[in-house]
Amino acid sequence: MGILEVQNVNKRFGGLQALNNVNLDVEKGSVHALIGPNGAGKSTFLNCLIGKLKPDTGSVQFDGQPVLGKKAHEINQLGVSRVFQTPEIFSDLTVFENVMIPCFAHRDGAFKVNAFAKVLRDKEIRDKAEHILEDMGMKEKMNAHSGSLSRGDKRRLEMAMCLVQDPKLLLLDEPTAGMARADTNNTIDLLKHIGETRGITKVIIEHDMHVVFSLATTISVLAQGAIIAEGLPEEIKGHPKVREAYLGEAEV
Amino acid sequence: MSIMKDRMLLIIFAAFVLAAPLIFAPTGAAYPDLLQRFAIYGIFAIGFNILFGLTGYLSFGHAAFLGVGSYAAVWMFKLLSMNIIPALILSVIIAGVFSLLIGYISLRRSGIYFSILTLAFAQMSYNLAYSVLTPLTNGETGLQLRLDDARILDTSLAAGELPSTNLFGLPMKEVFWNPTILGYELQFNWGYYVCALLLILSFWISIRIFRSPFGLMLRAIKTNQTRLNYTGISTRPYTLAAFVISGMFAGLAGGLLASMDPLAGAERMQWTVGGEVVLMVVLGGMGTLIGPILGAVFIKYFENIFSKINEGVLHGWVAFLPEWLDNIFVTIVSPFVGKGWHLTLGALFMIVVIFLPGGLVDGAKRIGRGITGANRREAKAGKK
Repeated sequence: MGILEVQNVNKRFGGLQALNNVNLDVEKGSVHALIGPNGAGKSTFLNCLIGKLKPDTGSVQFDGQPVLGKKAHEINQLGVSRVFQTPEIFSDLTVFENVMIPCFAHRDGAFKVNAFAKVLRDKEIRDKAEHILEDMGMKEKMNAHSGSLSRGDKRRLEMAMCLVQDPKLLLLDEPTAGMARADTNNTIDLLKHIGETRGITKVIIEHDMHVVFSLATTISVLAQGAIIAEGLPEEIKGHPKVREAYLGEAEV
Repeated sequence: MSIMKDRMLLIIFAAFVLAAPLIFAPTGAAYPDLLQRFAIYGIFAIGFNILFGLTGYLSFGHAAFLGVGSYAAVWMFKLLSMNIIPALILSVIIAGVFSLLIGYISLRRSGIYFSILTLAFAQMSYNLAYSVLTPLTNGETGLQLRLDDARILDTSLAAGELPSTNLFGLPMKEVFWNPTILGYELQFNWGYYVCALLLILSFWISIRIFRSPFGLMLRAIKTNQTRLNYTGISTRPYTLAAFVISGMFAGLAGGLLASMDPLAGAERMQWTVGGEVVLMVVLGGMGTLIGPILGAVFIKYFENIFSKINEGVLHGWVAFLPEWLDNIFVTIVSPFVGKGWHLTLGALFMIVVIFLPGGLVDGAKRIGRGITGANRREAKAGKK
């Protein structure tokens, strides 16, 4: 039994079969990479998982519960956090406030009118937020305006916002897209660090083979809407179908 | 630290509000009617700022809640008692129910569509008040007190005498102290102090909301709703709660308007009134604590004082100049004052929006920083 089970998911946009009978089983504690050439359906697949799109058929079970038809915030409350391709943060607020919001969401649920409580008096939330910032090496920036952070720091902050909720599953959508090599390596180190200290199950969608082979414990390859191969990184590297569909473009 | 700061702010604010009849004396604005308006529209703007300033949802429909509050209050005066307490309670409740209905529908959309929906609702209420709902609103004449109203809790009055609104016997119209200080004849009036206390209470509530987790979520909605959804927050109930809270503030303001002068007309529901509160908040500084009140005072001051400056007054100001210069001055300035006060207000509004997007509060902060910065530089120079 995996923590995330996807069965026979189909999605059609007009004449285009975006997802064709996709099955995926993500083991608890694993780092599962989903790779594939442009237009393979990776983003469509991810959007089906988080409730942004509704597949035509199929089922998605997270931790034994069906997630299809649930709203984004409900899926998050089940324990799924998502890191976006371009960091989505609250850029008008300070770094500290950015991290406190997910803390409140995690503790108080999707909606609570606590209009007379004081944010700054809430020691539990403050400690938790400070702790995660320290862990991510951002403590000295906690009063900075988050919109003015560098791109690498924004990504770091977004990770902190996801991790502070202690998610069971972390979805990463091309976490290193558009980054310079040094930033990419930093992100890899960060993700490894998270893996070692917290053991969170991760699903990574990624283009960059360097990132994939540095992190993944299992790889699934998506091409033209269907899973064409799945296995350990070594197996995938040598898989003829994969070479043909994807890796053949650039020898690895 | 910030909690101490907020407490100081509240104390200073309260002192200022309570001393307003004295403070505004040199500006010619210290008569009860206008001071009451300052406080009432201050409350209206504080409430509006909780929606617009924090969540960024721009409503043009809050005039409807102001109007509903006024009607509810006058009906209480007619049916129950001239005591303002039940009237204010009912106006807040009715405005709350109204804003729940309108908010529930309007908040299905965001951005410009939300604004248009609220505008449509406000205009609908305005037109209904004029036409179909005449039995409730008394149409064009407006809802007024009559001698034969029930007022089941009040004792009967002397024949032919209309009762006045009161708070447990303190008449709202009464000037209870009329001293002359520094050559100004001051008027301390019960009505103003009722408004002032409610303004201070509203300001305190607004501080609490700003500093609460609820307020933090509202600010997050303004910044990035997508992220908030993926953070496990359901945004719709938050925006609806903010909408209802601001609607209740508007209802309180409407109820107070009727308490100071017990009549209610449909013109209070017109969209221009809803537009005015937007101007107040933007001019003062949206999303700031004190800004909306500054904006409200500013606009009401312009409307009531600036509009009274006519050519005669202007000639009086520059009487010391040679006559030809005097005439030139008056010719240039007169289009901007008196009936032309809207022109000045419009120009000022444009200047603020273009150069001070943070409103008057932002301007004050910049000046403050300029002064302290200058001081620091002087100190540095002194050391050398």
